[in-house]
Amino acid sequence: MSVYINKDTKVLVQGITGSTALFHTKQMIEYGTKIVAGVTPGKGGTEVEGVPVFNTVEEAVKATGANVSVIYVPAPFAADAILEAVDAELDMAICITEHIPVLDMVKVKRYMEGKKTRLVGPNCPGVITADECKIGIMPGYIHTKGHVGVVSRSGTLTYEAVHQLTQEGIGQTTAVGIGGDPVNGTNFIDVLKEFNEDEDTYAVVMIGEIGGTAEEEAAEWIKANMKKPVVGFIGGQTAPPGKRMGHAGAIISGGQGTAEGKISAMKDAGMKVAATPSVIGETLIEAIKEAGLYDACKTH
Amino acid sequence: MNIHEYQGKQLLRQYGVAVPNGIVAFSPEEAVKAAKELGSAVTVVKAQIHAGGRGKAGGVKIAKNLDEVREYAKELLGKVLVTHQTGPEGKEVKRIYIEEGSDIQKEYYIGLVLDRATSRVTLMGSEEGGMDIEEVAANTPERLFYEEIDPVVGLTGFQARRMAFNMNIPAKLVNKAVKFMMGLYKVYVEKDAAIVEINPLVVTGDDQVIALDAKFNFDANALYRHPEIMEMRDYDEEDAKEIEASKYDLSYISLDGNIGCMVNGAGLAMATMDTISYYGGSPANFLDVGGGATAEKVTEAFKIILSDKNVKGIFVNIFGGIMKCDVIAEGVIIAAKEVGLQVPLVVRLEGTNVDLGKKMLNESGLNIIAADSMADGAQKIVKLVG
Repeated sequence: MSVYINKDTKVLVQGITGSTALFHTKQMIEYGTKIVAGVTPGKGGTEVEGVPVFNTVEEAVKATGANVSVIYVPAPFAADAILEAVDAELDMAICITEHIPVLDMVKVKRYMEGKKTRLVGPNCPGVITADECKIGIMPGYIHTKGHVGVVSRSGTLTYEAVHQLTQEGIGQTTAVGIGGDPVNGTNFIDVLKEFNEDEDTYAVVMIGEIGGTAEEEAAEWIKANMKKPVVGFIGGQTAPPGKRMGHAGAIISGGQGTAEGKISAMKDAGMKVAATPSVIGETLIEAIKEAGLYDACKTH
Repeated sequence: MNIHEYQGKQLLRQYGVAVPNGIVAFSPEEAVKAAKELGSAVTVVKAQIHAGGRGKAGGVKIAKNLDEVREYAKELLGKVLVTHQTGPEGKEVKRIYIEEGSDIQKEYYIGLVLDRATSRVTLMGSEEGGMDIEEVAANTPERLFYEEIDPVVGLTGFQARRMAFNMNIPAKLVNKAVKFMMGLYKVYVEKDAAIVEINPLVVTGDDQVIALDAKFNFDANALYRHPEIMEMRDYDEEDAKEIEASKYDLSYISLDGNIGCMVNGAGLAMATMDTISYYGGSPANFLDVGGGATAEKVTEAFKIILSDKNVKGIFVNIFGGIMKCDVIAEGVIIAAKEVGLQVPLVVRLEGTNVDLGKKMLNESGLNIIAADSMADGAQKIVKLVG
């Protein structure tokens, strides 16, 4: 088991003929992901990397039964690409694209209300279920199959955490990058709920960063509902207020969104919090040992 | 991106939001000429810098005649203003705004921001004008009102009216306040603003509802579709290294430490700063080279780091996903040779093509200290810069 995606997921790549998309399509196929279709308006009827290309998402879904889309479309057109995926009633749309104007995303979120599709991202590394399905841009080789779920606002920090887990012999179920933008589709709580229900996930790593209040809300939810150990880390403990630290969402403003506030909310929820990113793996191991889950989580 | 008050007021005027008449000036002569043209009994001379708190710092003067205008203009131009938002080094005043005086009856606050919790633009208003709104939110939250705006219909008439009544705008001026808010929302959406704050909004003795100040911040991701806003960018207000970095699409922020950092990914870049601090060091910058960096970009990034005279050592921390380690290695080698590297350099590489990257660094003949992990690298560089 896993969350969101597995070996049966049929993936459609929006913007497949762009250079980044092509590179990652190749990587995803090599990993074993079932890429069944691509979409680039005007390139319908052609084929890249052995994948048929269609003009519209609707057409691609009809012809191939794709149920999840991954979006590499450039920022000015990415919001529209998400809308197209939602209109085609895909189960999930994973948007890798960064730098989408935030007011475009405000409209997208409004359009998605009451619709079937779940959006992950934008500005995220994607979702991977180890050894089954990789959708996005993360390096596949650092992941191993196992029982720890990972959810994160940052791409490279996710790699860092997963790499540490793998080195310690702790495999993962699914790693979900929810992205670093202020308006995004899937939040921490959405993913935590899935991990809480997933039989194969025994423990969770949650990686947040400064800005907004998503981590505080997640900590509150964990305190009330989570049945499994969750360990945390917050990036940006030394970031100055008022400066946007790369991610549009990573900014301390009006005294809100500080690392201290988030860390204390996590501790208050009974979570162990890693002091530095280098000890995320160690911290998780401490938590699963305390919960008597270490042997069950040790996969190699 | 921020703009000056006078530029913000130009925008407001275009959208039918009432503002006092005013003219920007770059010299005392231009200031006097502007004041003559305005012809008002009282003239306000306002320092234009990208920071709030100008009034308290002595950056806003009331002139009763042209001699006073000249005197204040002379005083303010070239002056370094230190406000609670500039930091202790302050900001030099290079432009002033000459504005007609207003007969202020009462001050209010009105602002538009994105509320991340609801993913909606939110109108905020308060009777507590002229104050730091964060203080109002903390001390008297019941005096701060919110209207969440549905992007499908935009700010509605009833919402704007409700806000005006909540703010205790005099009943006879509510329609003017509504028009004001409607214009404000329109400019926010059409120009892709991130924050618009009018503090204070004032009601005058001649029954006008006008913006006495205007603070605009724009969504950097949307500037590509607003060349007219891009033209308002004032490079004098920004850090030279940050401007240079933005040319190469690098995300760079100056800090006051002495360890230069080059990292891929914003989250990892922040975490690298945190780790350096954890081991007792102090980062000189935040720098995310991004996912698709070329050797050329890495070279430029390296040069920008080294142009900071405070830098006593560099820590390169790369976890390659899209970013390939050999590309980073190539950039580091070219840059180090070009600039003649004088400070210690610690490199931690992990991820795609890591072996090739490490090999290239080893064979480069440069004095590069390899690190096995982020913690190892941070400890090494902290020790080296002493």
